[in-house]
Amino acid sequence: MNWLSQTVAVTGVTLRSIGQRLGSSIVAVIGIAGVVIVFTAVLSIAEGFRAAMIGAGDPLRVIVLRSGSDTEMTSGLSGDDAKLIVEAPGIERGPDGPIASPELFVIVGHPMKRTGSDANVPLRGLSTAGMLVRPEVKFAEGRMFTPGTNEIVVGRAASRQFTGLTVGSTVRWGEGSWQVVGIFETGGSVAESELWCDARVLQPAYRRGNSYQSVLVRLPSADTFQTLKDALTTDRRLNVSVIHEPEYYAQQSVVLQTIVRTIGFGIAGLMGLGAIFGAVNTMYSAVSSRTREIATLRALGFGRTPVVISVLIEALLLSLVGGLIGGGLAWLAFDGYQTATMNWQSFSQVAFAFAVTPSLLARGLIYAMAMGLLGGMLPAIRAARLPVVTALREL
Amino acid sequence: MRFIPLVLRNLMRRKVRTIFTTLSIFIAFVLFGVLMAIRAAFTLGVEVAGADRLMTIHRVSLIQLLPKSYAEQIRSFEGVTDVSHANWFGAYYQEPSNFLANMAVDPASWLRMYPEFQVPEEQKKAWIANRTGAIVGIDAAKKYNWKVGDRVPLISPIYQKPDRSPWEFTIEGIYDSPVKGTDKTQFFFHWDYINETFRAQEGIADQVGWYVVRVKDPASSDRLAKGIDALFANSPAETKTATEKAFVSDFAGQIGDIGSIMTGIAAIVMSFILFVAGNAMAQSIRERTNELAVLKTLGFGEGRILALVLMESLTIAIIGGGLGLLAAWVIIAQGDPTNGMLPAFYFPIRNLIAGVGLVLLLGLGTGLLPALQARQLKIVDALRRT
Repeated sequence: MNWLSQTVAVTGVTLRSIGQRLGSSIVAVIGIAGVVIVFTAVLSIAEGFRAAMIGAGDPLRVIVLRSGSDTEMTSGLSGDDAKLIVEAPGIERGPDGPIASPELFVIVGHPMKRTGSDANVPLRGLSTAGMLVRPEVKFAEGRMFTPGTNEIVVGRAASRQFTGLTVGSTVRWGEGSWQVVGIFETGGSVAESELWCDARVLQPAYRRGNSYQSVLVRLPSADTFQTLKDALTTDRRLNVSVIHEPEYYAQQSVVLQTIVRTIGFGIAGLMGLGAIFGAVNTMYSAVSSRTREIATLRALGFGRTPVVISVLIEALLLSLVGGLIGGGLAWLAFDGYQTATMNWQSFSQVAFAFAVTPSLLARGLIYAMAMGLLGGMLPAIRAARLPVVTALREL
Repeated sequence: MRFIPLVLRNLMRRKVRTIFTTLSIFIAFVLFGVLMAIRAAFTLGVEVAGADRLMTIHRVSLIQLLPKSYAEQIRSFEGVTDVSHANWFGAYYQEPSNFLANMAVDPASWLRMYPEFQVPEEQKKAWIANRTGAIVGIDAAKKYNWKVGDRVPLISPIYQKPDRSPWEFTIEGIYDSPVKGTDKTQFFFHWDYINETFRAQEGIADQVGWYVVRVKDPASSDRLAKGIDALFANSPAETKTATEKAFVSDFAGQIGDIGSIMTGIAAIVMSFILFVAGNAMAQSIRERTNELAVLKTLGFGEGRILALVLMESLTIAIIGGGLGLLAAWVIIAQGDPTNGMLPAFYFPIRNLIAGVGLVLLLGLGTGLLPALQARQLKIVDALRRT
């Protein structure tokens, strides 16, 4: 009998006997499933946040900030700076001039639906080219604001998370009151957490004079980025940094990612240890309940390796089932779950959906199998080492 | 006491099971401790917010500034005992990713307002006397390896010097706090130093980020908050005043439910680990019902048998759970794992006590049920069971 067919035979016997050890097998499966649920669910928060941030970035869009600022919130550009930036080479030109929008970015205190207390809602002032820079924007309801008026449009996610932001309603922040005239969508990206209005109306309302915080620019092709960057960074009158939009948003998600990942990996790691102990217990009792059977096989001339492999395969199968159940439950319960959190870099609210991605599910499964393999190792070695004669005598 | 060898023997009968059950319990309690610390951290230290402190910010949002002249008007309110102010400076040290909470404050009133920030008396005097001086929390000082006397350049994207050079501060003191959960990662310096640089600039000069107001009687907080807001109503900079606790919990609320979701899921799984471990412990006693009957036949009283069983289950629970809580304590004492984002990372005493309670409950519960079941059996029936 060759080695391979021995392995297949022993594994077949092992797997058929799982039914007799159902109780402890189920405990191991559930333990591993629990760990995978936590692992997947927690990391889906980080994935979802990243997806919302990355989705906002268009490689043909470039954001110009004051040098040294890592968010629009802390940046500042004078009206003259903005004029110089808009006229720089390398920017796409439309029929009405360069497609570049000097913008203001402030936050307003507005109540959240979930808690009823005020949250920092991002309010963005757009220039005339604001919509040309963002061709992906679609209106789900209503229309764009009319420049020069106190009208605002609201992102789909913002309208869901905050109170009273529906078409036709009026909101007050400080002295000013604003009319909501439209709800826009950008495919679930971070822009949907924002409220937009005319920058020229926002400037006096926030006593910003003629100043802006950023200029969002559209490029005709990726090659002109360097032209634009060189022109702006060598201009002595300006002190700005020029960043690709995807890169900018990736930076914005760093802090939250760190928090969620540290905590997620920490908790999942600890629980993984717990599940490994559970698997060890299960596999040990599986091996000891089959002591006679294993000894009989060995007496019949089966080698050690097939026995070891059969125990490991059982452990792997149990953990695979656990991993599938855990990943499936996490996907059912958390994929697409809508929530909002604070972007730690600008203290403003970002709405996003949890994302249980295929790669996350795959990582969960690999983690589960690793737990199974580790948990099965010791019992498998013990099974192989059983002295045949004494084992046969055992009850 | 002379039955301890018997208890130990019973525990060692199935070594592997005992060891892994204990390890599972150990892990469950490490998790419990860490979860409690995370939960406390996500509330951003709301437990240590002063009950007698109010905060006044711009009504529109906290990024809008308020005139410095409000301080005197607030101070003249009946029931207000002290006023201080701060500006969020948003500066970083060397790299933007080096998170450091830094604020421009009025040193003397700030230290009066926050007695939990403890600075040695001579350092305090030195700080107040030095316009470019700063004090830093002990955690941040450790992280960046700063000592008193060090010169620290900070770069603020919000407040840029006209020549764009970094702001230079001299560390005059390092604060610590006896109160758990106090943020010891902050960096404070003179508001005057910043303000004089912007003397000519309208919109920045003589503006503060927020006021902190101490009230004589916390019960009058709401009335005073309304009074302060009424005072500045219809002015160019209207205010919003609330207790510090309300502000901190609102701010924590903005992090959203992700914190509670994370702790929620993990708590469910933790209870599951405990359930499985508890079941294994109870099982190992149930298996030995006939042995308990033998002990009864030998003349052991019911109380003594119960005590034996409980000693056994309590031993596992206390060793696993106790070591688990201890390990959690050690892990948490390493401080904030996220490198500065969750400064209030500590093991609340209340939760530690709850953890000890849970350990005892686990030990008693897993022993009591099978022991009581065994007691109801007649000796003859029990002996017959194998």
